[in-house]
Amino acid sequence: MSLLQIQGLARRYGTASVFEDVGFTMEKGEFVCIIGHSGCGKTTILNILAGLDAASAGTVIMDGREISGPSLDRGVVFQGHALLPWLSVMNNIAFAVKSRWRQWNRIQVQTHCQKFIDLVGLTGAEHKKPAQLSGGMKQRVGIARAFAIQPKMLLLDEPFGALDALTRGTIQDELVRICAATSQTVFMITHDVDEAMLLADRILLMSNGPRAGIAEVVVNALPRPRQRNDIHHDPRYYGIRNHLVDFLVNRSKLYQSGQSERPAQPTVAKIVNLRP
Amino acid sequence: MRERLIAALLSVLLFSLFIGAWHLSTLPGAGGPAATSEYAKLLGADAAAGKKSAFPTPADVGRKAWQHLRDPFYDKGPNDKGIGVQLAWSIARVLAGFLLAALAAVPLGFLIGMSPLVYRALDPFIQVLKPISPLAWMPLALFTLKDSGVSSVFVIFICSIWPMLINTAFGVAAVRRDWLNVAKTLEVGPVRKAFAVILPAAAPTILTGMRISVGIAWLVIVAAEMLVGGTGIGYFVWNEWNNLSIANILCGILAIGLVGMVLDQTLAALTRAVSYVE
Repeated sequence: MSLLQIQGLARRYGTASVFEDVGFTMEKGEFVCIIGHSGCGKTTILNILAGLDAASAGTVIMDGREISGPSLDRGVVFQGHALLPWLSVMNNIAFAVKSRWRQWNRIQVQTHCQKFIDLVGLTGAEHKKPAQLSGGMKQRVGIARAFAIQPKMLLLDEPFGALDALTRGTIQDELVRICAATSQTVFMITHDVDEAMLLADRILLMSNGPRAGIAEVVVNALPRPRQRNDIHHDPRYYGIRNHLVDFLVNRSKLYQSGQSERPAQPTVAKIVNLRP
Repeated sequence: MRERLIAALLSVLLFSLFIGAWHLSTLPGAGGPAATSEYAKLLGADAAAGKKSAFPTPADVGRKAWQHLRDPFYDKGPNDKGIGVQLAWSIARVLAGFLLAALAAVPLGFLIGMSPLVYRALDPFIQVLKPISPLAWMPLALFTLKDSGVSSVFVIFICSIWPMLINTAFGVAAVRRDWLNVAKTLEVGPVRKAFAVILPAAAPTILTGMRISVGIAWLVIVAAEMLVGGTGIGYFVWNEWNNLSIANILCGILAIGLVGMVLDQTLAALTRAVSYVE
C-alpha cells in the first residue's frame, strides 16, 4: 500500500474554488515535486498535508490512517525558513528534537542536533543566531530541523525560492545527497523545472486556478544518482524539460478553459512517461 | 567617537550656561520676583530687605543636596526624614503597584492577544478605563481600602496596567504565523508554545509596554503622595513647600528626575536583552 493516498481533495472559499478533485499517491522513499503557476493552490495542498489547513472535500490517508491536524510524522520546511530568531542554530533544531523525543536528556538532544547540523554543512555555526546567517544557511537550518525529527514524510514549500542561483545549486546538491542517504519521502513545491528534474521521481503538473487540478503526472525517468553539473547531458533531459515548460507556457491554461482533453472532473490525471 | 565627545562638551557647556544664568539672576539685588513678593517676607529679613534673593542660588541648592547626600536615611519623626528614606518609600510603592499590574496584565494580555473573541469582549472596558486619570481612583481607593499607603499602590497598579496590557495583547497577536505553524507541526503543547514561542516572540513588545508603564507610574506616584501625604518623595516635595524651602524642593525634583531615569534605563536594558533581530 502507498504511504500516502490522496483522493478527491478540494479547497473552496465560499463559492470560489481553488482546486478540485486532486488525487495522487506517494510511495515510501519517493520524491514528488508539484509544479504550477501561482494561485493554483500548491501551497494549500501542502498545508493540508501538513495539517495546517483543512480540505473542503476529499481525504488524505497516510499509513492507513486519515490525517487530521499537524503531526511529527510530517516535517515541514517553510518557504520563509521560519526559524525562531531568538534561538541559536543549535537551539532551533533542539526545539524540534525535544518535541519529538520528550524524554531525551540534554546530551542526547545535542548529539542528535549536531549530527544534522553536520549533515547540512553548518558545522561551526551552531551558536549563531539566524540573523547572523545568510539566506542559504538559514534554509539549511530549516532543512536540518525538518530532517532531525525523522518524519515519515517531508513537506518542502518552495524552500529555495528566495535563494540566488549559486546557493540554490549547492543546497539542491545537498538535498539530493541527504535524500539518497536517508531515503526520505519528500513532497516538494517548486517553480523551477530544472530543480524538479534534478530531485523528483515524479512531477505533478497543476493546471491554472481557479478550479485547478492535477493535469498531468510526469514520471522522471532520468537515472539516479543525478548530478546537477551533468544531468542535462542525458539524451532524455530536454525531452522531459520541453514537455514541462510547454505545459507551464501553454497547456496549463488550456486545461482550465476546457480547450484541452482534461475533463471537468478528472479522476485519473494523464500519466506521461517520456522515453527517448 | 569624536561626535560623542563634542556632544558631551556641548552638554557641559549648556549646563554651565544654565547654572551661570541661574547664579546671576539670584545674586543679591538682581531684582526678580523676590524683593517685592510677600513670599520673600516669609523667607526672612534678608530676603525681604532685598539683600538676598528669595530663590536659592545654585550654591545654596548644591549645599542642600550635599547635606541630603551625606545623610540620606535619617528618620527624625513623621515630618523630617532623609531624602533617601522618602525615595525608598516611593520606589517601593511604584515597584509593588507595577509588579502587581504586570502579574495581572501579562496573562490577561496573553488571553486577549490569542483570542479575538476575548479582545472584542474586553475592548470597550479597556477603552473607557484607560483614559481615566489614575488619581481619579484615589477617593474610591481610600474609601474601599481604608489605607493611604495601599491606596497609592492601587493607583500605581491601575495606571501601569494599561500600557502593559495593550502591548502584551498586541505583541502576542502579532507573533508571526510561521512560528506558530512551526510549533503546530511539531505538536508542541499549549503551555510550551506559550513559553517557548509566544513569550519570547512578544517579549520585546511586552517589555516596551513595561517601560512605558514604569515611566507613568513614577509620574503618578509623586502626585499620589502629595495627595495622601505621610511618606514618599511626593510628600517630601509638598512638605518642603509648606516649609518654604525652595532649595529642598529643587533637591527633591532633581532626585525624582534621576530615579525616573534609572527606572527607565533599567527597563530599556531589559528590553534590549530580550530583543532579537529577524
